Amino acid sequence: MRKRWIGLAVLLLGAALAQAEVRIGVTLSATGPAASLGIPEKNTLLLIEQGTFGLPKGVKVRFFVLDDGTDPTAAVKNTKKLIQENRVHLIIGGTTSPNSLAMIDAVAEAKVPFISLAAAKAIIYPVDAKRYWVFKTPQTDELMSKAVVEDMVARGIKTVAYLGFNTAYGEGWAKEFAKAAKAAGLQLVASERYSPKDTSVTGQVLKILSKRPDAVLIGAAGTPAVLPQRTLVEKGYRGQIYQTHGVANPAFLKVGGRFVENTLLPAGPILVAAQLPNTFPSKRPALTYIAAYEAKYGVGSYSTFGGHAYDAWQIAKGAIERALKKARPDDLAAFRKALRDEIEATRGVVGVHGVFTMGPTDHLGLKFNEAAVMVRVKNGNWVLERTFR
Amino acid sequence: MDPTIFGFLLSDGLISGALYALVALSLVLVFAVTRVILIPMGEWVMYAPLTQAGFLEGRLPATVGLSALLLLVWAVLDRRRGRAPWLLAGWAVGVGLLGMAGVRWPSLAGPIAFLVVLPLGPASFRLFFEPLPQGSVLLYLILAVGLHFVYKGLGLAFFGPDQFRLPALWPGELGVLGLPVPGQGVLLVAAALLAMAGLFLFFTTLYGKALRAAAVNRLGARISGISVREAGRVAFLLATAVGAAAGLLAAPLTNASYDMGFLLGLKGFVAAILGGLVSYPLAVVGGGLVGLLEAFSSFYASAYKEAIVFTLLLPVLAWRSLSALTLEEEE
Repeated sequence: MRKRWIGLAVLLLGAALAQAEVRIGVTLSATGPAASLGIPEKNTLLLIEQGTFGLPKGVKVRFFVLDDGTDPTAAVKNTKKLIQENRVHLIIGGTTSPNSLAMIDAVAEAKVPFISLAAAKAIIYPVDAKRYWVFKTPQTDELMSKAVVEDMVARGIKTVAYLGFNTAYGEGWAKEFAKAAKAAGLQLVASERYSPKDTSVTGQVLKILSKRPDAVLIGAAGTPAVLPQRTLVEKGYRGQIYQTHGVANPAFLKVGGRFVENTLLPAGPILVAAQLPNTFPSKRPALTYIAAYEAKYGVGSYSTFGGHAYDAWQIAKGAIERALKKARPDDLAAFRKALRDEIEATRGVVGVHGVFTMGPTDHLGLKFNEAAVMVRVKNGNWVLERTFR
Repeated sequence: MDPTIFGFLLSDGLISGALYALVALSLVLVFAVTRVILIPMGEWVMYAPLTQAGFLEGRLPATVGLSALLLLVWAVLDRRRGRAPWLLAGWAVGVGLLGMAGVRWPSLAGPIAFLVVLPLGPASFRLFFEPLPQGSVLLYLILAVGLHFVYKGLGLAFFGPDQFRLPALWPGELGVLGLPVPGQGVLLVAAALLAMAGLFLFFTTLYGKALRAAAVNRLGARISGISVREAGRVAFLLATAVGAAAGLLAAPLTNASYDMGFLLGLKGFVAAILGGLVSYPLAVVGGGLVGLLEAFSSFYASAYKEAIVFTLLLPVLAWRSLSALTLEEEE
């Protein structure tokens, strides 16, 4: 009788092991104002789901992909649904910074690891009790500011003016850029703000012109970044104009036209992957990723934002394989914890935006000389200006 | 401040002011005749250049379908009114044909976009406001806010989140006292003054007075043989015409995107309030004031620009509520 029970138990255990699956919840802004970021992320995840970029060995992976419509409330609702109904082990997503920031409480409360695809440094810094569970892949404003300032210093620029959004994006850049500029001895002669919905920025531009800066940095994202640059050019500004990586999409070039010619901007290496030197670590994965993406979605369809999802998957894939040795996916709490620990233990994962080496106080893990390059707009194209290696 | 900067700010303020003035004129017009504070006007102002951008890119903008659809619903609602449904259905077909013409001849995209957006105003009045003939100002306001969200959401679905740049009608610059002023800005200012004069004169005619009477005393107007319904439709039509023209003229200077309309409408509303929501010349003066204040505050304290412009409302409201003796007419 007893032998029978043991046999049954072994059988059940075997069945459970065979069915072991890792569930990954995804919430993205595939519709709404941030759709141009969310759609390439979603497309990338569909490729990942099909196994194009490799799947962890020895386990089945299931994805649950939801859309939050660029609404932080919906992002939180999706997160709770994924955790409670789908019982996921890991959450990837939160396309925009406000969405990711809103999701932190929900994942920390349920103790589920979360890899964010948004920019703000506040998502992962400082690593406190809540951010213990939160990681991210995109470069922060701080890292990109460093790249901009280093390039300015190398060009012998002494005075610089800042004109940015009056939103979290623009304020984040204003703060980080002011810090980096001060450390490098650059003089910030004006720091102005405008709204992404403004129809005129002449006042701000005139103030900047009256200070005669050697360079102007525009801290804006997407097509609204064109207006200040256009006004600067129309009012006869002849210094160097810098933009941020928030403009690295084709719509900016289309709307900007001749006004954005010769702009310099920091960007993830994937934007100019084919032009990178062969020794640049991200070159090979970036080319592989672009080839796979374009094979499915058409030539010229890739953007830097999908790359963040690819990087998140490279980190998650390795971490899942290692976590499987420490815990079983059926044991939700234990596996979530093991997965979190293994994500934090990520070492030298080469993604399309840089090389990730995380640690207990660094939940991004990028170094700026591998994660940022300077790009110039030339004849309506992105052209590699320099790397920082 | 050196005189060149002063001059630049002045011209920039007046050009933005002209745009706000045009929006203010359309808001005053609608309010004077129907007591509706037309929040979705900002969306229609943006729909016109976005529709034009669609034509220029060689695709049929979804606004064509929306306009035709609203007209067809209007035709169904008015099916028992003799020839009216047939005329409306014909109008809907006309909008569809115009849409195809816009794709075929991009050089006419501007005027065609104007004609495509035009029916949205009167059709929205017929569909959403006319069924509530005894509504209070507050009820109409709530309805208008709802429509604003609907049109904004549709704008995102139709045109996407990106801004569009449009070619200028008058690409050159004009030297005024040694200052280069963009030709497009001159057109915008001229349009604002023209619309002001036109509306001012229109409301001194018998027909214009009849329209105003419809709002001042509905019952009295009807006894005098004035159609309150028709008055509302005409007011919405004229207002949409002013708004769409403003959008088409301003877009080459400012770019256009689906979400820029609301702020525009709000600033136009501030300008209209400065004129007490009744006077066309004062609305234009108000638009100019808002534009100038915005230009100069963006120079001195760009981070507080919006706050400064909207704070302007407070003293004006206080002054108006103290000085205006009889505003409540009939509600």
